[in-house]
Amino acid sequence: MSLLANATRRKGDPRILRSGPGSLGAADRLARAIGWFSIGLGVVQMLAPRRVTRALGLRGQEGLVRAYGAREVASGMLALSVDPSVGLRSRIIGDAVDAATLMAALRPGNPKRDNVLLALAMVAGVAALDILADRALQARHGREQARAPRRTLPQAPPRAGDRSGFPQGLAQARGAARDFVVPHDFRRSF
Amino acid sequence: MRALVWHGKEDIRCDTVSDPAIEDPRDAIIKVTSCAICGSDLHLFHNMIPAMSPGDIMGHETMGEVVEVGSAAKGSLKKGDRIVVPFTINCGSCAQCKRGNFSVCETSNRNKAMADKVFGHAGAGLFGYSALTGGYPGGQAEYLRVPFADQTHIKVPDGLSDEQVLFLSDILPTGWQAAVACDIQPEDTVAIWGCGPVGQMAIRSAVLLGAKQVIAIDRLPERLGMAAAGGAITINFEEDSVIERLNELTGGKGPEKCIDAVGMESHVGLGQPDTLLDRAKQVVMLENDRPHVLREMIYVCRPAGILSVPGVYSGLVDKLPFGLVMNKGLTIRTGQTHVKRWTDDLLRRIEDGQIDPSFVITHTVGLEEGPEMYNIFRNKQDGCIKVVLKP
Repeated sequence: MSLLANATRRKGDPRILRSGPGSLGAADRLARAIGWFSIGLGVVQMLAPRRVTRALGLRGQEGLVRAYGAREVASGMLALSVDPSVGLRSRIIGDAVDAATLMAALRPGNPKRDNVLLALAMVAGVAALDILADRALQARHGREQARAPRRTLPQAPPRAGDRSGFPQGLAQARGAARDFVVPHDFRRSF
Repeated sequence: MRALVWHGKEDIRCDTVSDPAIEDPRDAIIKVTSCAICGSDLHLFHNMIPAMSPGDIMGHETMGEVVEVGSAAKGSLKKGDRIVVPFTINCGSCAQCKRGNFSVCETSNRNKAMADKVFGHAGAGLFGYSALTGGYPGGQAEYLRVPFADQTHIKVPDGLSDEQVLFLSDILPTGWQAAVACDIQPEDTVAIWGCGPVGQMAIRSAVLLGAKQVIAIDRLPERLGMAAAGGAITINFEEDSVIERLNELTGGKGPEKCIDAVGMESHVGLGQPDTLLDRAKQVVMLENDRPHVLREMIYVCRPAGILSVPGVYSGLVDKLPFGLVMNKGLTIRTGQTHVKRWTDDLLRRIEDGQIDPSFVITHTVGLEEGPEMYNIFRNKQDGCIKVVLKP
């Protein structure tokens, strides 16, 4: 990756020598992996629905599988966006829908019951991963999450108690810059 | 040296990179003493601005000590000078610079050919803000090469701390320009959407310029509290109707002047259903920006009023009621900040004690903590409003 990044640098611009700590956490990486998995699964479902229905004894349900595939792609795209939790939660709902569909396929006359059971186990596993990833993202990025107080460097001045920004007070600040001459090209047009 | 390097969406790392060197006689190299994370850096963090490449160094709010000067910059700078670096790089000699329109300098964008194709005509080069603005390495680093350094600097007088002057690089002149663009009159109400760092500076600027009342709109208590401390009447848009409150506070007429200090990433919420549609369109690349604030400003602004837009927008916006703009005779003023046009005056006001921009700082940390601070700033955790990094 650094090689590629360095190859696109202009002559003279700093090049990466060694990569350091980054902003992506384990939860972010897990959400991204789930997002790509979701898109991959969705594409398979949309392009080869007959293979899926044949494996699960759901012949005649190709349209339904295609729709589920579209849902998977949409959820995956959301999981890769800046709001990954939305994608993960839509996946969790989708997992429940998938499970309900598979439960219906567990009917006694279905010769592919074993495959259906296997698929159900996979859906349960993936659902657990979706929930885990969503919780991990909330723990990492939720606004309300408690954070260790950030370190203020010793050489930095103490945080100001006064947040007004006006050292001489608010009353004195009001209109204090009325002496400023607004440039001609910034004057109002009406 | 160490630097905060963009590797992709939400992936910023504190990497070790090679040191910058003088490339042009007008260059200077500074040892960075303080730099900051800007709200507009979050657009890069979210990969909302096109033409970023892995390996790009972030940062455009930087100051430091001059350690090397190119031969052509020696008349203006010398080793040991403390300077603040304006985020807009300007040559000082093109037609736009001569008019004071430094943010659209015709010379400093080194990717002008590409930018001309995208923008029609390119703007100035900016530090750390994608190939479209020149692809210059940014200042969240231990050292920074300053191009056109003979012009692109603000000398810091003795006796002022880094914290007092650092924001001359961007957010203070940006808030100031936004307020100046409103041409504030003593009877004016100025409504400001967004109480992030630029919004806070716009509030202080509007107060200093003598607005009758300044109204600040946000949803985060710590930001609204800081806005109130600066003299604004506050509206929490999650608790009150912005349009109803603004009309109440202006005798039913609406504010004369409106400032959008939010930009392309409006808060997405059920209370603002248009943002849900915009967000969905962004995911499938049907729209670049979420212009909720623009829509609200256009609707509520008093006829013949002014809309000032310092908030960053990147490209296409949908469902903008331009018929209202036309029929109400609104004036829209926007643009990147002509930093150097305002900084002599602002520096004097800081020295005189009229304003001390350091009020906005909530976090001061080392450069190595920068990547995590991007998360904390973006997530609005720990009361974070403004992060200063000390390389």
